[in-house]
Amino acid sequence: MTTKYSEDHEWVTVDGDVGTVGITDHAQGQLGDIVFVELPEVGSTVEAGTECGVVESVKAASELYTPVSGEIVEANEALEAEPSLANTAPTGDGWFFKVKLSDASELDGLMDEAAYKEFCAD
Amino acid sequence: MAEPQDQTDTFLATPLDAFHRDIGGRMVPFAGYAMPVQYPAGIIAEHRQTREAASLFDVSHMGQVVLSGGAEIVALERLVPGDIEALKPGRMRYTMLTNEAGGIIDDLMITRADGHLFVVVNAARFDVDMAHLRANLGDGVDIEVLEGRGLLALQGPAAAAALAELAPATAEMPFMSSMETDLDGIAARVNRCGYTGEDGFEISVAGGDAEALARKLLADDRVEPAGLGARDTLRLEAGLCLYGQDIDETTTPVEAGLIWTISKRRRAEGGFPGADVIQGQIAGGAPRRLVGIAPEGRAPARSGTAIASPGGAAVGTVTSGAFGPTVESPVAMGYVDAAFAEPGTALELDLRGKPVAATVAALPFAPHRYYKP
Repeated sequence: MTTKYSEDHEWVTVDGDVGTVGITDHAQGQLGDIVFVELPEVGSTVEAGTECGVVESVKAASELYTPVSGEIVEANEALEAEPSLANTAPTGDGWFFKVKLSDASELDGLMDEAAYKEFCAD
Repeated sequence: MAEPQDQTDTFLATPLDAFHRDIGGRMVPFAGYAMPVQYPAGIIAEHRQTREAASLFDVSHMGQVVLSGGAEIVALERLVPGDIEALKPGRMRYTMLTNEAGGIIDDLMITRADGHLFVVVNAARFDVDMAHLRANLGDGVDIEVLEGRGLLALQGPAAAAALAELAPATAEMPFMSSMETDLDGIAARVNRCGYTGEDGFEISVAGGDAEALARKLLADDRVEPAGLGARDTLRLEAGLCLYGQDIDETTTPVEAGLIWTISKRRRAEGGFPGADVIQGQIAGGAPRRLVGIAPEGRAPARSGTAIASPGGAAVGTVTSGAFGPTVESPVAMGYVDAAFAEPGTALELDLRGKPVAATVAALPFAPHRYYKP
């Protein structure tokens, strides 16, 4: 399994042809207390780099982007019920959705962990 | 080539700037100042701390002004609908500067002190307010801006016990009263008031004493620091207006539900800018009203969200909205046509193109718990 990162501060971990997507620890720290998420519908198709949901902190709403294209195969219902999971476990139980990749080569355009850390430090 | 300037360098600093950075405050621009929006605990924890124990807020960005000279009471009454003449020494009042259309130039706190009025105004309106006061108070009033002073808000059910450790007499102060006192060696003006719906105090001290006072108060186990983020969710749950969002030069005190700030005498006599409009709305009703709005579900409705009748026409706009940590649901305020202002009225919000049901809610969302002896 490989994990890649987008400039929009999402991570995607790929297992076979399914990618699990969430927001990074850096992103949740910047957003602050997350109180609401709106996730893409299962069965819908999403395109890399486009808006597919919403993350709301106490103070403000932010768009959720998908780092990869494909069909949504699962949305994290536990996160919808308890949005603070995105704060407490952003790379674990606080994942957002799973997407069946339509173009695995998109992963090559994303950052690895070292590159993402450098990106955040800039 | 010149180095690009650090953006925060261009913002004003309160006397507690270094202190905020030292204790992990996340600094953001606000009304021209660098201010802490939150500390490491986060907005929800800081909000709950304020409702359950006590929090310390830096509100030194607000303008502190002294009006004196002998004519200040009469002169100020010509600019505000509040009853300043009836204000007893040592008492304070919430009122607003109005314009000729009955709109609100700013909302402000006025304290009647010994031989002068002590006035606190919004940071974002300070320049506008000062120009207005200088142009309209007249020759008999001296205006002194207390530049660089600190203003600390200690808020929450444990605030009185915590402040009593430094000055026991403050514990018995009536709500909306003021005293000059010594807080364990620091000269201060203490006002029993706030912007959270909780009991508490706003404490004005010399800028050089602000950090020492903050450290004394935070040394108390019951007190934690809180930032502007929690201040906003607390005031919204308490149904208190924020200038620039819920009230501005186009909204009247009657539309904003602030009739309670205008005494019987002032309603009858008028004598303040826009009195004809405001008296007319008091008598005949305002065309729109600021109301509490409870959206269904968990999605917050933010400022600017369109409000309609269910499945029907537009009836208003949300002016403030957030998630309320105490009520554990989204809370909002907004203006609606007067016919839709009754608590319980069904509304529909447009959240990013999706209709979300909402209800007009009685304000405040969280009950006020001001000090009663």
